[in-house]
Amino acid sequence: MNLPKIPLADWIEWLETWLETHFEPFFKLIRLLVGETVNGLETALNWFPALVLILLFTLVAWFIGKWRMALFTLIGLLIIENLGLWSQTMQTLALVLTSAFISVLIGVPMGILCARHSSVQKIVTPVLDFMQTMPAFVYLLPAVTFFSLGVVPGVISSIIFAIPPTIRLTSLGIRQVPEELVEAADAFGSTPYQKLIKLQLPIAMPTIMAGINQTIMLSLSMVVIASMIGAQGVGVYVYRAVTQGNTGVGFEAGLAIVILAIILDRLTQQIIRKSKTT
Amino acid sequence: MPPIMPTLIIVIKGLSICKESLWDEKGSYMEYTVCKVRKVITVRIIRRLTPFDHYKHNQLNLWESKYSTRGHNMAIIEAKRLTKIFGADPKKAIPLLDKGWSKEKIFAETKLTVGVNQASFSIEEGQIFVIMGLSGSGKSTLVRLLNRLIEPTIGQVLFNGTDVLKMSAEQLRTFRRKNVGMVFQKFALFPHRTVIQNIEYGLEVQGIDKKKRKAMAMESLELVGLKGWEDSYPDQLSGGMQQRVGLARGLANDPDVLLMDEAFSALDPLIRKDMQDELLELQSKMKKTIVFITHDLNEALRIGDQIALMKDGSIVQIGSPEEILMQPANKYVERFVEDVDLSKVLTASHVMIKPETITIEKGPRVALQFMRDRGVSSLYVVDKGMRLLGVVTAEDAANAIKNGLKLEDAMEREAPFASPDTMLNDLFELMSLSKFPVSIIDDNGRLKGIVIKGAVLAALSGNSSLEAGASHESA
Repeated sequence: MNLPKIPLADWIEWLETWLETHFEPFFKLIRLLVGETVNGLETALNWFPALVLILLFTLVAWFIGKWRMALFTLIGLLIIENLGLWSQTMQTLALVLTSAFISVLIGVPMGILCARHSSVQKIVTPVLDFMQTMPAFVYLLPAVTFFSLGVVPGVISSIIFAIPPTIRLTSLGIRQVPEELVEAADAFGSTPYQKLIKLQLPIAMPTIMAGINQTIMLSLSMVVIASMIGAQGVGVYVYRAVTQGNTGVGFEAGLAIVILAIILDRLTQQIIRKSKTT
Repeated sequence: MPPIMPTLIIVIKGLSICKESLWDEKGSYMEYTVCKVRKVITVRIIRRLTPFDHYKHNQLNLWESKYSTRGHNMAIIEAKRLTKIFGADPKKAIPLLDKGWSKEKIFAETKLTVGVNQASFSIEEGQIFVIMGLSGSGKSTLVRLLNRLIEPTIGQVLFNGTDVLKMSAEQLRTFRRKNVGMVFQKFALFPHRTVIQNIEYGLEVQGIDKKKRKAMAMESLELVGLKGWEDSYPDQLSGGMQQRVGLARGLANDPDVLLMDEAFSALDPLIRKDMQDELLELQSKMKKTIVFITHDLNEALRIGDQIALMKDGSIVQIGSPEEILMQPANKYVERFVEDVDLSKVLTASHVMIKPETITIEKGPRVALQFMRDRGVSSLYVVDKGMRLLGVVTAEDAANAIKNGLKLEDAMEREAPFASPDTMLNDLFELMSLSKFPVSIIDDNGRLKGIVIKGAVLAALSGNSSLEAGASHESA
């Protein structure tokens, strides 16, 4: 058999150029919006003296969780400060929160749409599979082409990688609302919107929150890769340590990411637990 | 003019009767002794006119207006050939149904499932209409066709003459918000809302303001006896209480019709009976039209004014509980009703017979003469308003004559009595305690009839075709 190779690579490159030339203003707008969000958040986080912010986070942990969580937050953040990684960690936090925020903004309505219409679900599911399994480096390149180097392509690729759980679990949560409750809501004459707001979203909330938790965790796992295309933060230290064979520095930066991950995870878990009990 | 009322004449086959059956001219008295009961008892009822039954007149009229002749009432819901077929291209099955194919045959040929097959009925205002059948008979589907939670394939549902199936989405919502309430088998309470928020739900979606809807919901909550629980969450309540909340939610918007889908089936038997009693009480207060789904025949007989019995998606018989029991339309219904404990279904009013009475002003001599004429050994002493005063036996009367006493002083005042709604089951003890038959007295103390052992036994002995035995026990 000697069939000619499908020129898939050529097609994709043609598509990339075509998008770049025809959608430039659109990409510019996104770059502006996302860039400003991350920068604004980063500036705000770094505006506080580190110790004040550490106390603030500890208080939040205290209110949402128990004293153990507050203690962990306090010690963990003090270690980061002590290692001299505070401002980089805040840059990373700004990137993670921005991509998580945008993921929720797009993911939850998307999930609702999937839950409502099986046809949308059928189209979206394979796309999500594709997004989650395609190696991240592959879409880093076009991200750089469209949004140039810096934090914005980092956020965009984080979103691509991290948004699927929010969409999937929002859809699942709504579909799992017991049939008889939906029927009751219908029997009393709810509009579809009333049904969504008063019944489906509140009942699906723990599941949706579990999706958001996953999204935050996944976008944290993207910070090192994002640093390769110029996103600032602790990821840069890890990347540099890898290229320079510096195990000690790599471990320090890695530890900062782990601490941040644990705090974010426990906080969101706690919120899930609370939304379940009410 | 003597009122025209039915008297029961009983033709008994398969009973060896030792003593001759006796009917006097007025058709009011019969005496027999049952010596041997064979397996088959056929009791046929022939209607006859008698002037003697006039005291029963009012009551039977009431009975009839409650159970049988309802033609003058307006139907609030009318279903005409209401049909639901599940599957792709359901209309394909319609001509097959017209041809009279069975559910199995249609499924085998077309893979379509017949949910409800051409159900036609009408429900009158204030009626409790029970739809009964085993699981899979289509009863839950049928009730959902009425408010279009399930879209009917063909047919008509008329609500006060308006075709529900022709309503737009907006009109349907208004219909559901204002005209029909619903109570579900598994309660279907919203777990994230408090009791009061659950009850408010139907009002909230209508956009009624917070203060007003809360007041309405509280009223509904009080109605089901759960005041004080408004801020609890459903999972903090027992099953029975949860269903009260479900009921309160269904009633909160004061609907014309309440649909209850196996509402009590998930409750344990004692609580279930309480809920049935409460529902009957609520209904007598509020006069709601209720469509009640159940798989439990005893429940159906207890609360239903009309019962529609379903099998394989079709309505097999519609009738009053008595009609279903006494005149089953076919073998299926017969088998369904054969295990019914009649003592828990039939009431005193079903088996009571006309007593021989004498007014208090008469003397003992007249009483004795009356007894001789009518061949009885005791008389019920009443005043002119038919209020029961006591019982006088032949012996009492003879003694009174000897001692020159008035009837008033000679009669015995200790006779057992019960209301016409008493279940036979609850009469047994009373009957065993006294030498007299149990007198049946209405709320105003008026004597309505008496219940004798023979009539009760006759009523309990058959279950396909029976009626109260019209014998008179004269000890």
